[in-house]
Amino acid sequence: MAWEFLTVYWREMIRFVRFRTQLFSSLLQPAIWMAFFGVAMSSNLDRFTSAIPAPDGVIPVGYLTFMAAGVIAMTTLFTSLFGGMSLLFDKNWGLMREMLASPMPRTHIMFGVSLSGMTKSFIQVSIIMVFGLLLGVEFFPGYAPLRIILSILGIFAFVGIFSLGFLLFSSTISMRLESPEGLQGIMTLLTLPLFFVSNALYPIQAFPEFLQVLSIYNPLTHLVNGIRYFALGGDFFAVGARYTSTTADVLGSFAYLAIFAAVMYLLARRTFEKAVVT
Amino acid sequence: MGGDDIIEVQDLEHAFGDFAAVRGISFTVRRGEVFSFLGPNGAGKSTTINILTTLLPLQKGMVRVAGYDVAREPGEVRKAIGIVFQDDVLDRDLTVQETMEFHGRLYSIPREERRNRIENLLRVVELEPKRNERTKNLSGGMKRRLQIARGLLTRPDVLFLDEPTQGLDPQTRLRIWDYIRQVNRAGTTIFLTTHYMEEADILSDRISIIDHGRIVVSGTPTELKNALGEDVVYLETEDDKKTKDALHGIEVIRSVTESPRGLSITISADGSHCLPRIIDAVRGAGIGISNVNLKKPTMDDVFVHYTGRELRDTRA
Repeated sequence: MAWEFLTVYWREMIRFVRFRTQLFSSLLQPAIWMAFFGVAMSSNLDRFTSAIPAPDGVIPVGYLTFMAAGVIAMTTLFTSLFGGMSLLFDKNWGLMREMLASPMPRTHIMFGVSLSGMTKSFIQVSIIMVFGLLLGVEFFPGYAPLRIILSILGIFAFVGIFSLGFLLFSSTISMRLESPEGLQGIMTLLTLPLFFVSNALYPIQAFPEFLQVLSIYNPLTHLVNGIRYFALGGDFFAVGARYTSTTADVLGSFAYLAIFAAVMYLLARRTFEKAVVT
Repeated sequence: MGGDDIIEVQDLEHAFGDFAAVRGISFTVRRGEVFSFLGPNGAGKSTTINILTTLLPLQKGMVRVAGYDVAREPGEVRKAIGIVFQDDVLDRDLTVQETMEFHGRLYSIPREERRNRIENLLRVVELEPKRNERTKNLSGGMKRRLQIARGLLTRPDVLFLDEPTQGLDPQTRLRIWDYIRQVNRAGTTIFLTTHYMEEADILSDRISIIDHGRIVVSGTPTELKNALGEDVVYLETEDDKKTKDALHGIEVIRSVTESPRGLSITISADGSHCLPRIIDAVRGAGIGISNVNLKKPTMDDVFVHYTGRELRDTRA
C-alpha cells in the first residue's frame, strides 16, 4: 500500500494552518449570508408564510434554519471549486515538477489535494453550524445526543462526497489550464448558476418546470437534500411547503453524488496520468 | 556500450508541434563523471534533460538511465535520479526543513533515515541556521543550495543539474561549483546543462556541444580546445625580424604575425609542448626575449569554431 498521498496532504495542511486568514475570509461569506440575508428574509418570509399553517404533526421550520443548510452547501461548493487552484499555482510556481518527477504515483497528487479539500470543508461546515446555532438556527429539533452525533456524521458524509466530486473537477481543470485567471473565470461562471438553480435558498416546487428539471440534475440540490434530511428530519414544513423524504430518497441523493464523484475521478485520473509539466 | 555507461542515448528526437527541438542525438555518460551539455538557450538542452528525467514522454529514439528504459520503466528511472531544476521549484511558504521533509516523504525514505540525511545535507550546503526559514526569505544562492541538497536526499545515481548557476553572482557560482565537485567526488554522476562556457570547462570531464538540436562535437575540455590547434604564443623580443627567421624551421608553427606589441605565433599543436622549442630556437639565434605569453583557446573559441558564431543569449 502506498501512502505518499499523505505527504501531499501534509503539505496542503501546513499551508492551510499557515494561512488561517484564508479560512476566516472563506467563512465571511456564509456568515454574511446568514446574518444579513437569512435574518432579514426570515422576518419577511415567516410573516407571509405564517398564513399557510403547517399540517398537523409536521414540524414547522423557520426560514433561517431552512436556508442554513443551503449556506453550508454553498460554502462547500465554493471551497471545493477553488480547491484545485493550488495545483495550478504549483504547476507555474511550485512543486508540481518535483512531484511529477518523483516515483509517487501521480494519482496521489489528486488524492492528497482532495483529502485536504475535504478536511477544509469539514472544518468550515463545523464552524458554520456553530455560528448558525448562535444566530438561532434550529437544527436537530428535539434530537437525543446520539441522534445528533449520527446526524452530524450523515451531514459530513454528504459534504465529503460532494466536495470530493467538485475537488476532482477543479483539479482536472487546474491541471489543464495555464493561468489562474482562466480558472477564476470558469469557476465564477459556474458557482452562481449552480447556487441559484438549486433548493439552497428556496423550495424548487414552485420553479418553472424547466428550472425544476435542471435543479434535479444539480449536485448542489442533492447535497442540500442530504443536509436537511439529517439536520431537520424526513418530514418538515418550511417556506409554505411540506418536505418529506424517505431513507430511499436520501440514499438516492447520496448515490447521485457518488456517481458524480466517480465520473470526476475518472476524468481527473486521465488528466493526471497524462500530465506533462516542464 | 559497456556496463559503465550510466546514461545511454541513441538517436533521440523530439518535436513540439512543427518545431524539432532535438534532432537525432546520441551520447553516453560514464558512471562517476561530470558530463555537460553546453549550448545556447533553445539548443535542446532542457528538452533532452526533461526526457532523460521522464518529465517529457519519449517520442523517438532510445534512452536508458541508470540501467532502465525511460519509456518502459519510468518509475525505476525516477527512483534512481535526482534533479535540480532550471528555475526554482520551491514552495515559498514551506521552511527549509519542510522542503526537505516533503521530498524525503515523497520518496518514502523511512523517518529516522530521512532525519539523518537531512541533517547531513543541510550541514553540507551550510543551511543549518536557516532550517526554519521559509524559502521565500532565502537568497538566490541559498535556494540553489537547498535544491541541490534536496536533489541529493535520495542518494541518486545521477544528479541532473539544469543550468545550476543561471542568474547567480560570481561568488555564489564558485560555491555552487564547489558543491558540485564535492558531490561528484562522493561518487554521484553529474549531468549538467549550461550555457556558461567556463562552467562547462571547469567542471566537466566530458562536454557535448549542442546547437539547433544536434550534438556538434564531444570530448574532454582539453581535447576540444587542443583540437582547435589554435594556441597562440605572444613573444616580445629584441628583434622581431630576426626572430621570424629563427622560427622558420619549426614545422608546427602555422603563422607568425608582427604587431606593434610583438609577435603572435599561431601553433597547430599543443602550445605548452612547443613553447620550449620556440624559446630555444630564439635564444639559440642570440636574440633576447623580454616577454612570453601562451594563450590557449577558451571554450568560447571552441564554440565559435564549431557553430560559427557567438553564443546566442536569446530564448527560442
